[in-house]
Amino acid sequence: MNIYTLQSALELGIIYSLLALGSFISYRTLNFPDLTVEGSYTLGAAVSVMVTLAGYPYLSLLAAFVAGAVAGSITALLSTRLKIQPLLAGILLMLGLYSINLKVMGNRANVNLINHRNIYSIFEGTIVEGFQTLITASLVLAVVLIILYFFLKTRLGFVLRATGDNHVMVRALGTNTDFTILLGLSLSNGLVALCGAMIAHEQLFADIGMGIGMVVIGLASVIIGEVLFGTNTLLRRMIAVILGAIVYRLIITIVLEFGMPATDLKLISAIIVAVALSMPVIKEKMELAGRKKANLRGGRSNAGN
Amino acid sequence: MLEIRSIKKVFEAGSINEKIAINNLSLTLEEGEFVTIIGDNGAGKSTLLNCIAGEYIVDEGRILLDGIDITYMPEYKSSQYIGRVFQDPLKGTAYDMTIAENLAIAYAKDKPKNLQPGIRKSDIKMFREKLSLIQLGLEDRLNQKVSLISGGQSLAMTLLMDTIVKPKLLLLDEHIAALDPKIAKKVLQLTGEIVEKEKITTMMITHNMKVALEYGSRTIMMHEGQIILDIKGEEREEMTVESLINLFGKKAKHDLENDRILLSR
Ligand SMILES: Nc1ncnc2c1ncn2[C@@H]1O[C@H](COP(=O)(O)OP(=O)(O)OP(=O)(O)O)[C@@H](O)[C@H]1O
Ligand SMILES: [Mg+2]
Repeated sequence: MNIYTLQSALELGIIYSLLALGSFISYRTLNFPDLTVEGSYTLGAAVSVMVTLAGYPYLSLLAAFVAGAVAGSITALLSTRLKIQPLLAGILLMLGLYSINLKVMGNRANVNLINHRNIYSIFEGTIVEGFQTLITASLVLAVVLIILYFFLKTRLGFVLRATGDNHVMVRALGTNTDFTILLGLSLSNGLVALCGAMIAHEQLFADIGMGIGMVVIGLASVIIGEVLFGTNTLLRRMIAVILGAIVYRLIITIVLEFGMPATDLKLISAIIVAVALSMPVIKEKMELAGRKKANLRGGRSNAGN
Repeated sequence: MLEIRSIKKVFEAGSINEKIAINNLSLTLEEGEFVTIIGDNGAGKSTLLNCIAGEYIVDEGRILLDGIDITYMPEYKSSQYIGRVFQDPLKGTAYDMTIAENLAIAYAKDKPKNLQPGIRKSDIKMFREKLSLIQLGLEDRLNQKVSLISGGQSLAMTLLMDTIVKPKLLLLDEHIAALDPKIAKKVLQLTGEIVEKEKITTMMITHNMKVALEYGSRTIMMHEGQIILDIKGEEREEMTVESLINLFGKKAKHDLENDRILLSR
């Protein structure tokens, strides 16, 4: 592995941490398993590429965010107003967005940005040109992190976070949880779409299939981050999620370096998430086995009590 | 204050499992009245509170709180006026947020949920004072997650959260039933203190007849979705647990006989 692959992994990790923060909002703070992500990620990329082709690369990020937020709000409405199960609501959106994304891209499965100004071109010709992706992505991430952190510390942010913990309490304390879910899913899918947009600018194209597996990548980042870096305070947790996304990218890069074909990536991702999700159970089983062993070694069993 | 006019609540109407949980029940509470509610299992006590809180919508009748018709008001709206403590301590708090953040959410109950900071410095001081009143040492643990404190502690906290903004009505559904006796007693005392001090109109369900007579200013007994006994003042003061049980036996039996008459016709 050379320095360039490392840098590229870091860049992608930083961009994907937007997806991870989005997953963190839906999966953790709302406790809502949201599959809309697969569609809103591609939607963000598609919208952003089209707006960029029209000559507005920076505005395209905002457009992508808004488009993703709208998608998320529809999932929220399906689930809260029409009582469609969260997973199913997400699947419906994912399916519907496939057609919409094709329409956005002018009925093409693939649209490229080659020879167009993109968000990373701002540093072109300057001394830091080699790091333009790294710098731009880090700036965007920093802005998102700061805004999101302070938002989650407001009154509105508090009830949003409490919704996933205990929606009964949130309602009992006078807040409509239908609204907090709507807000949270909009925010979450907005971030996911922003991520899709920034990836499209990085790889210089949007592709109809690029969202496949994004739910899993988002979750993997959240879980890896939490396991490795802790969840003590909100800020620490958010930074952990970001680091989780970067670590995930590094793992993938290393796996590829070892000669694993790129087509096996999705399988690897699935396995990583399965392992990460089962960590608590495995830990518990191991502790139990340890106690059992210690107990038996101690001689007397507790069967009589 | 609270006016319940002939409400009825039927579950699974029309099916073989049809159950009339509340049957033509009327009740009026005065401002500041503290009512204890007793009755056998399935009498409809919880259903009554759930109807008032807006978790269930009644099939017939009206519920007015302070002149406001709350019969069809969604729970999240009527909860602006009503505080509820559930039996399950987990139901009253957000376990993954800190003690201070939980209190802050409760404190913002009647305020707009906007982009103002969730907690201010001045709030912290007030939270600390409030917490020191319940004497569980929580005032020094403001920044710890609620998941780290015990069930009894979080229940006491819920009580605090539900009264930090004075509600027009406080509903307690066997809120101490899941606690061990020592903590239960403490939380009960705390309940009495807070209700008395703030003069909150309160309805408290309990299975403990002694508690029912000891606390509050009025006791009602429910059976098969109706109020079969309603005592206060002198009559209540002279009531003992034994005479209450006797009375309940008589009343409930009376109903049973009525049923028989109906069946034999
Ligand atoms: N959601 C529901 N669906 C169907 N039936 C219900 C529902 N809730 C309550 N019931 C029925 O209504 C009746 C009254 O129940 P409720 O919970 O109000 O009794 P309770 O007086 O609180 O009893 P307990 O002392 O056991 O808590 C019971 O027969 C119960 O089975
Ligand atoms: Mg009950």
